[in-house]
Order: sequence, then C-alpha cells, then structure tokens
Amino acid sequence: MQVEYIGAFNIVLGVLGRFWPVWIGLVLVMGASFAYKKRLGLYGQLFDSGVGIVGVGICLFWLFTAIFASTVSPFDPLAQIPIMKDALPGGIEPKSGLAYLFGGDKLARDVFSRMVYGSQIVLIIAPAATGFALMVGITLGLPAGYYGGKIDTVLSFLANLVLAFPVILLFYLLVTPGIMDTPIPYAMAGLFFMFPIIFFSVLFWTRYKNRPDRLYILLGLTLIIGGWVYAGLVFDVDPFKIIHIDPNQLNIFVAVVFASSPGVFRIVRGLVMDIKTRDYVAAAQTRGESPWYIMLWEILPNARGPLIVDACLRIGYTTILLGTLGYFGLGLAPESPDWGTAIKDASRLLRSFIHPALPPTIALMSFVLGLNLLADSLREQSMKD
Amino acid sequence: MLSFILRRLGTMALTMLCLTMVVFFLINLDPNLKKLAISQTEMHTSAEQLESWLVGHGYRQNFFARYGQWLGIVPKQPVTDPATGKPAQRFSFCNDPVVPTFSGILQGDFGCSTKFKTTVASKLFPALSATGILMLCVLLVMVPVSLLIGILAGMREGSRTDRTLSVASIASTATPEYVSGVIFTVIFASWLGILNGSAASASQGITFYNFTLPVMTLAIYGIGYIARMTRASMVEVMTQQYIRTARLKGLSFGSVVVKHALRNALIAPFTVIMLQFPWLLTGVVIVEVMFRYQGFGYTLVEAAGNNDIDLLLGCSLVSVFIVLITQLISDVGYAFLNPRIRVQ
Repeated sequence: MQVEYIGAFNIVLGVLGRFWPVWIGLVLVMGASFAYKKRLGLYGQLFDSGVGIVGVGICLFWLFTAIFASTVSPFDPLAQIPIMKDALPGGIEPKSGLAYLFGGDKLARDVFSRMVYGSQIVLIIAPAATGFALMVGITLGLPAGYYGGKIDTVLSFLANLVLAFPVILLFYLLVTPGIMDTPIPYAMAGLFFMFPIIFFSVLFWTRYKNRPDRLYILLGLTLIIGGWVYAGLVFDVDPFKIIHIDPNQLNIFVAVVFASSPGVFRIVRGLVMDIKTRDYVAAAQTRGESPWYIMLWEILPNARGPLIVDACLRIGYTTILLGTLGYFGLGLAPESPDWGTAIKDASRLLRSFIHPALPPTIALMSFVLGLNLLADSLREQSMKD
Repeated sequence: MLSFILRRLGTMALTMLCLTMVVFFLINLDPNLKKLAISQTEMHTSAEQLESWLVGHGYRQNFFARYGQWLGIVPKQPVTDPATGKPAQRFSFCNDPVVPTFSGILQGDFGCSTKFKTTVASKLFPALSATGILMLCVLLVMVPVSLLIGILAGMREGSRTDRTLSVASIASTATPEYVSGVIFTVIFASWLGILNGSAASASQGITFYNFTLPVMTLAIYGIGYIARMTRASMVEVMTQQYIRTARLKGLSFGSVVVKHALRNALIAPFTVIMLQFPWLLTGVVIVEVMFRYQGFGYTLVEAAGNNDIDLLLGCSLVSVFIVLITQLISDVGYAFLNPRIRVQ
C-alpha cells in the first residue's frame, strides 16, 4: 500500500492549525500583558522592547504547547504505525486520515507529536530542577557570603570541587542504570529536597517569631506541604498517590540539581559580599536583627534582579543539559519523546533521512533562544532602574 | 606572587585528590563492578563465577588499599593464580608486575584498560593528542572571530551593528553542539555535499573536507559567549574618561579604538576564554561522538559505556587537571595583564 502525501502548503497550514489552543492562549496572555503593562512591574517593562516581546512569546509558546500537548498532537508519541516508517513530511496515515505533518521516524512514530510531547518533559524538569538548584544555592550562598571565614572556605571548596567536574563525566557517573540499585540517588534527593523546607521555615521564623499567630500557620503549612512533597518525591510514599516520580527521572533531576547548584552558590555568595557593605544592612545590624533575618529579608530581596536573570539563563542551560543526557542515552527511557533522545536517534540516520532530525533540534534551539532573549531583556530593564 | 601560585597549586592537588577519590568510589560501586565482571567473562556465568572473577582480579580488596594502589602509595599486589597458587599478572595484556611494587599514578602507571586490552597510557595519550589538534583548530577559529564580533558590537553601543551582532551571539549561545552539529551536517553534508559528515578519516590525515564540520560545530557555541563578554568589556572601556580625552584631543575614532581601548578591553575576555575550556571539554565529547573522531571524548564515552575502570579514572584525572590548570592560568594571567590588581 502506498502512502499518500499532502503538499508543502498544506503541511504549514496543518501545523499552524494543530497549534490552535496555543495561539488562543498566546493571544490572551500577550494581549492582557500589553493592556496592563504599566501595572505589571518588571514583567510589564519587558514589553517595551522587541527582544523582550519575542523572548516572552517564545517561552509562552512552549509553555502552552506543553500544557495542551494532548490536544495539539494528533498521534500518540509512542504509537508505531508500521506503514508510516520513515515516511516523508506530510504522509497521510490511512486509518485516521490524519497526516504525519513532519513525517515518521525509523520506528514509524509521528515526529510532530513527539516534538510536542517532548516539550512537556523539558518544561517540567528544567524549571523544577532550576528551582531546587536556586534553593540549595541561596541557602548555602547566603551564610558563605555573609559570615565569610571558615564556613565560606569549606562551602566554596565543595562548590569548586563540583564545578571542576566536567559536566559530561559527572553525568556518566551519576546517571547510570547501576546507580539506581544503590541508595546514592535517594540520599542525594533526600539532601537536596530538604533545602526548600529549611529555606521557607527559616524565612518565616525570622520574620514572624514575635507574632505566633502568623508564624504557626505559615510554619505549619510549610512543614505539611513540604513534608508531603518530600515523602512523595524521595520515598515515593505519598498517601494520596498524587506526587510520584520515576526512579529514572529522580536520578536525572538530582544530577541536574547537583550540577547547577554550585553555580547559583557562587553568584549568591558574590552578591551577598557586595550587598552586605550597604548602609541598610549596617542599620539592620545596629537594630539588633538576627543574622538570618538580615540575610533573608534585607540582602536577598536586593539581590533578586541578577538572580532572576540568572534563573532564566539557567533554565535554558538546564534544557541543554537535559538534551545532552538524552543525546548520550543517559537516564531517560530509550523511547522517551524528549528532544535530546530524538536528536540522538535521528542524527545517526542523517545520511538517509533528515526530516526526523530537524523538528527536535529547532524546538530545543528556539526554546533556549527564547529564554536567553528573555534574560537579556530582563537584564537591560533592571539596569535602567 | 610565587606564594600565591604555590598555595593555588596546593589547593589544586587537594581538589584532585578529593575528586579522584569520589570518581573512584562511584566507578567501583557494586553494580558497576558486576557489570564489568559480566562483560569480561563468558556468557551465562553464575553469580559465584562473577564473584570469583572479581576476587581473582583484585577488585574485592579494601577500598582504600585499592585507591592507594591506584595512586601509587600502596604497593600493587599481584593476584594469585588459582590453578598454580603462584602470584600472577592481574591482566596479561598490560605487563602487570608479579611482585608487589609501587606502581600508580605517582609513578606514571595509569593502569590497564579492560575494554581495549592494553595499558591506559597507550590508549589515552594518542587520543589526547588527537583532541589537542581539534582544540587548537577550534581556538584558532573561535578566539579571533569572537573577539572581532565583540569589539565591533561594543565599539558603538546601541547601534544597529551592535543589536544585530548581539542577537546573533545570543542565538549562538542557545545552540548546543548536538543541535548545531545536526544542522550543519544537514546543510553542508546532506544538501550541499561540500563537507564530510564524519571525521573518522581525520585520524589518518586532516583535510578541510573532513575536519571543518567538527571545528565549526565546536566553535559556534563558544563564540557567542566570548563575544558577549568582549562586548560588555568593550562597552565599559568606551565610557571611560581616557577614551573621551583621546577623542577630544582629536584622534580619529579608529585609532582610539585600536590604540587606547583594545588593550584594556581584552583583559576580561582572556579570563573568559580560559574558563571556556571546561565547556569545550563537554563539547569535545559530543562532537567526537557525533563525527566519530577518535579522540579524548570518544575514549571517555567508550570507557564509561564499558565500565573500564582504569581508563575512566585516567580520563577523569586528565579532564579535572585541565579544568583546574586553566583556572590557575586565568587567575595568574589576569593579575599579569591588569596592573591594577596585585595579588596579596
């Protein structure tokens, strides 16, 4: 049986049509942001420059694609339809009458659907891992920069130790199937996932320790929600069965957090060393505030500009790291639709077929580009103040 | 200055000791050893046979004893041949000693590669020199191009040239090697057919045809980053008083840039280029695997994939050394280039 094809124009039209929920979401959010940009602070200022608009647009595009992945993609990303093996872009799958818009790969899966579902994996892991890395880096970087001395020496030495590891070697050691039999990833997860709980507990404690009514509510909430997520992620014993993470994904997650938190640590430490010489810190010290109050409520809010910019860049970098992991076949399942794995599979067959390689590469590139543009424009806007 | 370098070297040695110990620990985790035993023995071996292979080849000795042997501060023990009861070589293909001797990294013995059935040194050093050539080519392309882009963009901040070049460099930092590699191969090898999509033949002889794609792929990711740093540094220099003075006394714009601005603007990029080496190292691994170039990165992947303990340790030692030494050079060089900074 011969596969029938639709023309190039119809492919473009089809792709644009498939993304309809994304366009609606984009128009709504961008329109609202434009209308209220005066009241939206730093985010609103992004809409003053072309670079900022493009950056926000690309990031939102992939965010909505990830959210509406099941509506956007016409096929199951893992389903194999034998007749569509290596089909060129625009081949029509006979049974459903829908086209393989970007063609089929060597296992007869729809390249377009895989690209769309790949965005889900990236947009869940990359921001979450960056968030945890920020928590770890901030919680350790604040005291290192503020106290200096022995704490700084020890923590900086440890951070430099991790930074001296070439990333690829670190991943080859930490993300192997064998290591899942040992308690190491779980121990590391247990350690890293403690940091957000510690961070928020100290945050609320230092602020509200003289106002027990507020303190107990906030502290209780932190411990309950934190403990619930912690139990679900580290021990996989969530009583409500909502929070669950694959051992494989936990391993990747931990490795990525481990690789990027020393970078955050260094930035936070540098910022704190700069900010602690300011007058308002001296004023707080004279008032008799506790060191942790000064760090979390005086210094940290004033370091937020560079930290937000760094977080944007770091999400992009984490995306690249995830792609590297996929490219080397580490951690993620071999049939997983993430972009790195797709690039690996396709790049081996470039001599015969190029169409399965292009969608994931362009997807990854555009997402990271969007984040970088966003970060660049954020930096420019925060410099203006 | 000398005491500063000495102290840094001391920290470096300590860092390397810690890191190799961590690597040693991770490679010698039980599942990894089992995997090695399975790959080294015949098919269908029982658990006892695997265990006896591990014991027989000395993998079950105390962790610190083995680490000491690898380092060369504990004498390496020959294994006992179960058939004769006499001391025997651990691996016949590497000329291991049959009497206890100090033979480790400190003595220059990198150990024995179980995957390639030869000594680590004879595998690692040719690979390193192959990668050295690649790195050299990349630096020769990357450094001039990125400095030029950075200076052109930073010369007149906010101009159209600046905007265009800045967006281009942001785009290049958003393109990791495995993405640009695929795109370049599609364009230059599949469509235009002017370049070779594989560098496997480069081991015999490097030609423009087989070596351009790997070099281009590796360079493009770094170019954007270095160019941005150069631009930032150039922009800062161009706002300085002495530049205005030079302009006001009637020098042409071109001669101000070349004679007054460049020297000061190039201090920061030097540090950045040096610190770029760790990134290049990851890039080298990707590019060598992608273009099948038999260098250091390719060896590292083979070693990791086959759990080749000594080879992987050798690779980690080399890469950690490169990272640390470039950090040291960047610090020392910075102090040299910038007379305002004096190291205490």
